[in-house]
Amino acid sequence: MTLETWLQAAVADAERRQIPALKPILEALARSTAALRAADFAERADK
Amino acid sequence: MTIDTFGQQLRKRQVSAEQVTEECLARIEKEDGRLNSFITVMAEDARRQARRADAELAAGRDCGPLHGVPISIKDLLDVQGLPTTAASRVREGHVAARDAPTIAHLKRAGAVLIGKTNLHEFAFGTTNEDSAFGPARNPFDPSRSPGGSSGGSGASVAAGFALATIGTDTGGSIRIPAAACGLVGLKPTLGEVSVEGVVPLSHTLDHVGPLTTSVSDASAVYRALLGDGNSKPLTPIPLAGVRLGVLRSYFCDLLDEEVRASFERALENLRAAGVQTSEIEIPHAKDIATVYLHLVLADAAAYHATTLDSMPDRYTEPVRLRLEMGRYILAEDYVRARAGRELLRREVDAALAQHDALILPTLAILPPLIGQETSRFGDRTEPVRNVMLRLTQLFNITGHPALSIPAAPGPSGLPCGVQLVGWHSQTDALLRVGLACEPHITGP
Repeated sequence: MTLETWLQAAVADAERRQIPALKPILEALARSTAALRAADFAERADK
Repeated sequence: MTIDTFGQQLRKRQVSAEQVTEECLARIEKEDGRLNSFITVMAEDARRQARRADAELAAGRDCGPLHGVPISIKDLLDVQGLPTTAASRVREGHVAARDAPTIAHLKRAGAVLIGKTNLHEFAFGTTNEDSAFGPARNPFDPSRSPGGSSGGSGASVAAGFALATIGTDTGGSIRIPAAACGLVGLKPTLGEVSVEGVVPLSHTLDHVGPLTTSVSDASAVYRALLGDGNSKPLTPIPLAGVRLGVLRSYFCDLLDEEVRASFERALENLRAAGVQTSEIEIPHAKDIATVYLHLVLADAAAYHATTLDSMPDRYTEPVRLRLEMGRYILAEDYVRARAGRELLRREVDAALAQHDALILPTLAILPPLIGQETSRFGDRTEPVRNVMLRLTQLFNITGHPALSIPAAPGPSGLPCGVQLVGWHSQTDALLRVGLACEPHITGP
């Protein structure tokens, strides 16, 4: 799942659950997760 | 009064446990209205315990360094017969069926449990602002936070309501309030002190440890928490030739200028006393925050999932939102964070390889104002929560023991701390370094 897809799904779920205040927090989490995935210790099958 | 001083006076019959307990209770009665450091004051029980401690000593039974010592307990640890509120309405109606093993150890060591202290709800925050019981406040300036999450614990000792306190530390929650309240705070090695009977934040990052007014006292309480309350006191390591690795890159990038000056002064004092210092780096330091976030959020969300669904309104809103955030973390990202954890642990081991301990500030800013959301560093603005965790969370990730010692305050008079980090599973060795360094860190 790409981060973009994940974020869209997470925000949609938060809105469905009537927690709109989660949206900016999830966006911040997405930025942190992007950094985690880009770190050189995050193993990849093609490397 | 330190535990050491109290113990000397107690054994010379210059004071009694009952007398010192009464003094603590009187101060709580008079001053805790403005500090809000306690959730439950165990006044009658404390008096009973103190009288028993005096009677036992008179009968020749000495339980060791904590005999008759008034100690406060973060309200995250189970004390039999009392609620463990975790500062949350989610826990309403809870009563602990038995003592946490650490509490049982303290009782066997003769400690007088004086009350249970306020905290950031479920220990999930660094300021103690989000609590069902209202914010705890800093005795040095009640408009400021005492740090967190063990904020009520820190405030209770700084205000003289107890001689020591027990806190928990998942990202810095012992060391941060220690720095903010001018105390010594010890996070032992991961897994050393039992976390059974403690409401968890993260089963993989939680630690239990003491906040005290001296390193010697921290050592005595730490040993008691291990169930080893009557062991021989530790001695300071000879200071000449001690090698400290200074963590400057990343760790000193964002510092309040007063904190920076206190840290540099402590380093100068230590060098003047014969300590050898050399700068050392953690190559993946920039990844610490993201690794920590993915571990703690996922761990906490798993514990809270059921109550987030069944009683969401009982959480304070900021804590509820952070816990909800954790429910969206993917398993694959949690696994990546675990890989980062292993790498960071190896890097801290490597940094320690040529050193007796690492040294860095504990808290990058002075105690923040209650309600303060951001801190400025030049033209950069950072959320207070991120800044407060910045220098401590690494050692929860890696499990190395870490000790915060108060540094000489700057012009504001507000406390700040210097952190020493020791070898994994060598908490005693770290305490011996701390004993030797303490007068030079706290000195002028």
